[in-house]
Formats: sequence, structure tokens, C-alpha cells
Amino acid sequence: MTEYSVLIGGKAGDGIAQAGQLIASIFSDLGYYVYQYVDYPSLIRGGHNFCIIRAAEKPVFTHRTGVDLILALDQKTADLHIHNLTTQGTVIYDSPKVKSEGQALAINEILAQYKGRPIMGNTAMVGGFCGCVGIPWSLVEAVIRKKLPKETDLNLLIAREAYSRITRCISVQPVEGASPRPLLSGNEWIGLGLLAGGIDAYVAYPMTPSSGVLHFLASVADEAGIDVVHPESEIAVILMALGFAYAGKKTAVGTSGGGFCLMTEGVSLAGMAELPIVIVLSQRGGPSTGLPTYTAQSDLLFTCHAGQGEFPRFIAAPATPLEAFWWAAEAVQLAWKLQIPTFILSDKTFSEGIYTPEAEPEIRATTPLPAPSYPYKRYADTPDGVSPILVPPYSGEVVKVNSYMHDYSGITSEDPEMTVAMVQKRLRKAEKLATMTDQPGAVVCGGSVKAKTAILCWGSPRGVCSEVADELGLRLVSPVVLSPFPAGEFRRSMQGVEKVILVEDSSTGQLDKVLAREGYRTDELILRYDGRPFAVEELVERVRRVAS
Amino acid sequence: MTSDETIVTQTQNTWCPGCGNFAIQHAMKFVIQELEAEGMARDHFVLVSGIGCHAKIADYFQLNSFYSLHGRTIPVATGIKMANPNLKVICFAGDGDLYAEGLDHLIHAAKRNLDITVICHNNRVYGLTTGQYTPTSPYGYQGKSTPNGLHEYPLNIIELLLGAGATFVSRAYTRRLPHLKRIFKEAIMHQGFAHVDVLQICASFFNATTWYDERVYETNESNAGLFEFACRTAKQWNYNDDTKIPIGIFFQTRKPVLPEKKIQKEVDRGVIVKKILEKAT
Ligand SMILES: Cc1ncc(C[n+]2csc(CCOP(=O)(O)OP(=O)(O)O)c2C)c(N)n1
Ligand code: SF4
Ligand SMILES: [Mg+2]
Repeated sequence: MTEYSVLIGGKAGDGIAQAGQLIASIFSDLGYYVYQYVDYPSLIRGGHNFCIIRAAEKPVFTHRTGVDLILALDQKTADLHIHNLTTQGTVIYDSPKVKSEGQALAINEILAQYKGRPIMGNTAMVGGFCGCVGIPWSLVEAVIRKKLPKETDLNLLIAREAYSRITRCISVQPVEGASPRPLLSGNEWIGLGLLAGGIDAYVAYPMTPSSGVLHFLASVADEAGIDVVHPESEIAVILMALGFAYAGKKTAVGTSGGGFCLMTEGVSLAGMAELPIVIVLSQRGGPSTGLPTYTAQSDLLFTCHAGQGEFPRFIAAPATPLEAFWWAAEAVQLAWKLQIPTFILSDKTFSEGIYTPEAEPEIRATTPLPAPSYPYKRYADTPDGVSPILVPPYSGEVVKVNSYMHDYSGITSEDPEMTVAMVQKRLRKAEKLATMTDQPGAVVCGGSVKAKTAILCWGSPRGVCSEVADELGLRLVSPVVLSPFPAGEFRRSMQGVEKVILVEDSSTGQLDKVLAREGYRTDELILRYDGRPFAVEELVERVRRVAS
Repeated sequence: MTSDETIVTQTQNTWCPGCGNFAIQHAMKFVIQELEAEGMARDHFVLVSGIGCHAKIADYFQLNSFYSLHGRTIPVATGIKMANPNLKVICFAGDGDLYAEGLDHLIHAAKRNLDITVICHNNRVYGLTTGQYTPTSPYGYQGKSTPNGLHEYPLNIIELLLGAGATFVSRAYTRRLPHLKRIFKEAIMHQGFAHVDVLQICASFFNATTWYDERVYETNESNAGLFEFACRTAKQWNYNDDTKIPIGIFFQTRKPVLPEKKIQKEVDRGVIVKKILEKAT
């Protein structure tokens, strides 16, 4: 397989992420599948930011340590990453600011020549990259015109100058027969899925790494005809969303761990009042403020249990663009079919990673909800526990929802028999949810599907785990649905497995605890909790050590 | 059944005898029926309650209701109103509920100026949890959590609301029923955020009946459009000292109401998703 990895790095404020996206777009235009890893500390100026853009002829969802090209806008980029250069690799560095091997690019000189602003140094570096790998100028120009709508001509002059100053050293050829693919962050793929699933509103308070969903949906709110609201706190967020739901509007919220802590009373309210809501929860390193811009999978158990009392919930952890798109839409539908909270559990790696999709996303048709009967009772007893929704205003009927234990019409009741009836109604919804979701697709299998040793993972590490499984001839088993646990699909996926290696970005192995409840045992835990995701080479080594 | 019978539920009322909540329920029933007679549809009312004695009102009215969480009437009401601007959304909150647990929402709702009505059943205690102090209890108040007396002065809620930019700020008293009805009606009719701080008798834990009866007077509202004037009226009583207590509309003005637009628009999701994908390619 032909593939390339390019690392671009600089200080926060140098426009590294934007330059990375330009390079990713150029690869996508050449017909490559692209994944971009974005690494940045929690600050706006200074620090060390870098992106790794990986382009390949088949879908990729993770990065490699080895890079073919380093684009250094600061000294740290050269110093920290030079040992990851592949044998044919080279460096382009901003001279004289950076000292390195490779090719010098006098960015300040170019900026002075065209009176560009310092931030345009990133465009110069993109130009230099394109010259180095021999991308036709017409393609470079087309991408810059599309992606840099502001000061386009000036950016083009600067890119062109850098392009012509660099000597060609690697040859990147277009992929034959392939056409460009959309390039969106994990958060954007989730947001797009929410739209496809039919949300009417999105409510959120900014919190990395979930804010991308808020920004994306706010940017398309008018054309999509949805409401996007940023209120005073996460407590307000979830309660407003439940207000929207009461009034018949499909609503999602988004946050990370800290914000989700504030939402938990509202999650429990959704459980009791049987109000549909979708919660996008993007994990970052914890506890507390933790590592705002670095990854973790340490909120699985929290998400499974958050909120007092017992009530059904649905949790899916997508690992690819299509999965994010599909499960976000499904989360909206399930929330409304069963009147429960549903979760899309993401993390920094997935949310802020940038991806071309593995195939074209498809919008599935939605089924209508059951009609209520009259006189209306909000919590009418039904065989499957789901009481049809009526949206106020409705002439002659009242719609009462309640956070207290209540009777069929929604009026507070502490009667023991009514309490049992309501508890059992919610239990029946949980059963229905389990049958609806323990279906093909709930667990993803890969690698050598007959192998007796399996790598087990969930969420974003699937990208790297699946490449490692392929490379080492192991089986890959990865549940997407985490609650209710898809016991049937998981059993089928694990048939014949004798040894289980769990890979998780946590220090305790939370999926291991979930599986223990299901009667499974993992043999080896490969845990990572430095906030960084595994690269392919790193995980191959770790798995190889324990696999045999 | 008469309108009087159908607007209430059969639920057993569990407020203490002499509780001011009866007056609030009675006044609100009267106002809703009056508004109904004027052409407003009963099914367009949505009552949102917090948690506390006050909140039981949601169970007692045979009207749309969202019995929410302690302190959270306002965000729920905001969501409902944003989702459907045609609904008349009224919050019934307690002083512990609204001025302690959920105070941030109140300030932001005043600032946001969404067209909702907030009624605070201000009995100046936590009724349902048996009489602990609230943000409007007087200095020295002895409750189970402050047996040696409270060492905090109360919040002047009227000043706070004026400061937050509320466009309708009022106070009423549960033993001045005609006045209470009028204020409720004006608050509901006000276009924008409307607040009524109702001095409510708690018969069991803070029975200030005589004290209020002697001090409460109906303020002249002819200057209610003047902010400076409103600030002065607000200062007449600080929820603590032994002074006259003005009730009435302190301040009323018009400001742009939060734009409510959007979700009415029907957009084909397949088309919009395709468009976004094309743009991202
Ligand atoms: C989050 C939360 N904290 C505490 C409580 C317990 N609680 C129930 S009612 C109440 C106080 C009610 O006081 P207030 O809001 O003034 O209402 P009142 O009973 O006086 O009408 C408290 C603290 C709760 N239900 N939820
Ligand atoms: S405790 Fe006070 S507020 Fe609560 S019902 Fe009794 S009198 Fe009313
Ligand atoms: Mg109270």
C-alpha cells in the first residue's frame, strides 16, 4: 500500500492545524484516504503544536510514528520529531529561525517580499511541502482557493513563491480512479449524524474536546433550520434540552467529563420523566480539569452509571466517520423511540481527529412514532413500556411530565403499587432497548477473524488496533454499543478466542470491568494514560510482547 | 364540568392550613380563566415547577406541566419557550429553589429577556425540608441548620433583578388577593421576562402574617417606566429591616425579546447533509 505521513509543527498561534488541514485536503484531492492527528497543549499562544497527516490508498483512522516529511515552523518540531523520520524522509524548516538537516525555506524573507502577515508563514510551509512532493501547482491553487477564502490572492503568492524555492525530493502520485472525499473532524461527523437523525436543536456549553460539535452545528444552523443554543452552564444545557424535548423538539447536547458531571441530575430526570435526549460526551484526561486537550477513555463506567436511580440508557462509541454518522443518527432515533437518554461516547482522539470517510454516508429513513390514545395519559401503561408522546398544545388534553415518581397521568404518586408499575415500565423499556440494539453492527470484528488471540478495544483506539491485528494476524473485537451490552453479538464475535488483550486509554481498564459482569475475562491489559493515543508502531511492539 | 372544576385535578392537596400557596393557586386559577375568557387557549399554558412546597402546584392544576428539579424551572421553561414560542410558559419556583440553588439561571433569564413569567413563592424558608434559612431569610434567622442564628444579610431580590436587566420586576403578597391577581395577569401579558416575587406566608415555619399585614402597602406604579425610580422603590425594604414594604410593579420596560425563529423551517436533511459534504470535499 502506498502511504505517506507528514508532520507539521510549530508554536500555538502559527496556524498549524489549519496548515495540516490544507495538506490533508491536498491528499484528499489526489484521491487518498486521509487521517489527521492534532496534538496541541491547552493554550492559545506559544507551546508546541503538531499535526500528523497520514494519507493512504485504503481507509486509515490512526497515525504512525514514522513520518516521511517534517515541516518545522519552530526548533522544537525539528528537535522532537527528527528521530521519527523514515529512511527516505526529509525536513523542510523555517530558516534561519530553525536549524536542521533537510531543506531550508526562508519564510520571513518570502513574507517580507509579498508583505504577508506572520500567520501566513503556514501557507508558505504548505507551498514548500507541495513543491517538495511534486503536486501540480494547479491543484495546490484550487485547494487554497477553496479552503482559504480570506486574502486568497496574497496567500497564493506566498505559497507559490515557497513552492518554487523548494527542490522536489519525494514524488506523490494521484490515486488512479479515485475522487476527492469530504474531510471532517470526528466532532463534525457526529454533528452531521445528529442532523441526519433529525435533531431540531443542539444545546451546549463550550468544553474541549466537544466544542467542535457546537461550532459546527452553529455554523450550519440557519441552513439546516435548527436552533443552536449556548446557555449559562451545563446544568442549564441539559434542562433546556429537556424543555425542548417536552415541547416535541429532538435535541442533543454535548460536553466533556467536567460538564457532564454537572449534567448528571438532568440525565436522571430524563430517565424518570422519560424525556428523549442525546448526549455527546467527548472524553479527555481526568480527573477534574485534567488534560483538556489530550485523550482518555476513563469515563466509560461514569457514563454507564451517571445519575441517581435505575433507568435505561443507550451508549455507543463510534470509531470511524461512518460509524459516528450512523450512530449519532441512531442515537436520536432510539432516544425518541424509547424516551431515554442516549449517548455518543467519543474522546479527544476521535473528536478532533480529521478523517475522510471509509465509504459514502447514507441517510436512512426514519419510522414514525406510535400515536397516542385519548384521553391522554403521558405515562400510559403499555406492553413494551413506551407511552406514546403527545406534544403540547393539544386541545382538550394535558401533558404532564414529572421528576417525582408519578402515576400514569404524570401526577406525583408515592403509592407502592404505582411505584412498582412505573419501575417495571422502565425495565420493560430496557429490555426492548437491548433487543433493538444487540444487532449486527453492535460489535465490529476484524483482523484474522478465526485467530485465537483477540485484541479487544472500544472507541478511537480501534483504528490503531485494527492495523495491529492485521499486521500480527490477530483477531480484532470491538463493541460499538456499550450499553446495554450487546451480549449476543459479543458472544458470536468471541467464539474460539482463547486469549484476550484489552487495549484502552485508561489506567484501570474499564471495559474489563464491564466484561467481567458479562462473564468474560481479559488476559492482558495494554493501558495508556499519558493523554496520547498509540501510533501503529508503538502498539505493534506492545501487543507483540504479550500476544505469544 | 364547569371551567372551575376542569382546571384543577382531583389530587389531594397537602399544603398546611393557612399556607400562602393556596392564595397563589387561587389567583393563578382566576387569571388563567380570565385570559381564557379573553381568547387565550387553555392548552397553550405550560406550568414549570421546581421542587419544594410551592412546586406541588403542578400536580394541582389540570394544565400542561413540567414538574422539574430543585432550582431548575428557568432552564426548562427557556427550552420549552424556545421550542415553541406560541406557548405561555409560567415558572412556579421557591425562594430556596430560585434564589439559592438556581440563582444563576434567574440572572441569565433576566439578561436574555425571553418571554416567560417567573413566580417566586417567597416564604423565606425551605418549607418542604422543614424550615432552614433561604437567601431571603432575615439576619439572625434560627433554623435547624443555623441554630445560633444566621450571620448573613438577605439578598434584595428586586435590586438584583433590576441589575440583571429584567424588563418586568414586581412584588406581591399572598394576603392581598386582588392585587396578586392583577400582578399575575400583567406579568403574563408582559412581552419579555417577567418576575413576580410573592411574599408568601408559610404557616408552619415562617408565619410573618401580622408583620407583613402591618407593613405592606401598594406602591404607586405611575413611574414604573423609570429605572432610577425603580431602584429607589426597591431600596425601601431590604428583606431585613423593619420598614414599610412596597408591593406592585417596580419596573416595566420593553427590550428586544430573544429572537425566536428557526426550527419552524422544514429542511430536507438529506439535501443539507449532501451540501455540507460537498463543501467539505
Ligand atoms: C438538588 C437538590 N437539593 C436538595 C433538595 C432537597 N430539597 C427539596 S425542597 C428543598 C427546599 C425547598 O425550599 P423552597 O425552594 O424555598 O420551596 P418551599 O418548600 O419553601 O416552597 C430542598 C432543599 C432537592 N430536592 N434537590
Ligand atoms: S410548610 Fe409552609 S410553605 Fe410548606 S405547605 Fe406548609 S405552610 Fe405552606
Ligand atoms: Mg421557600
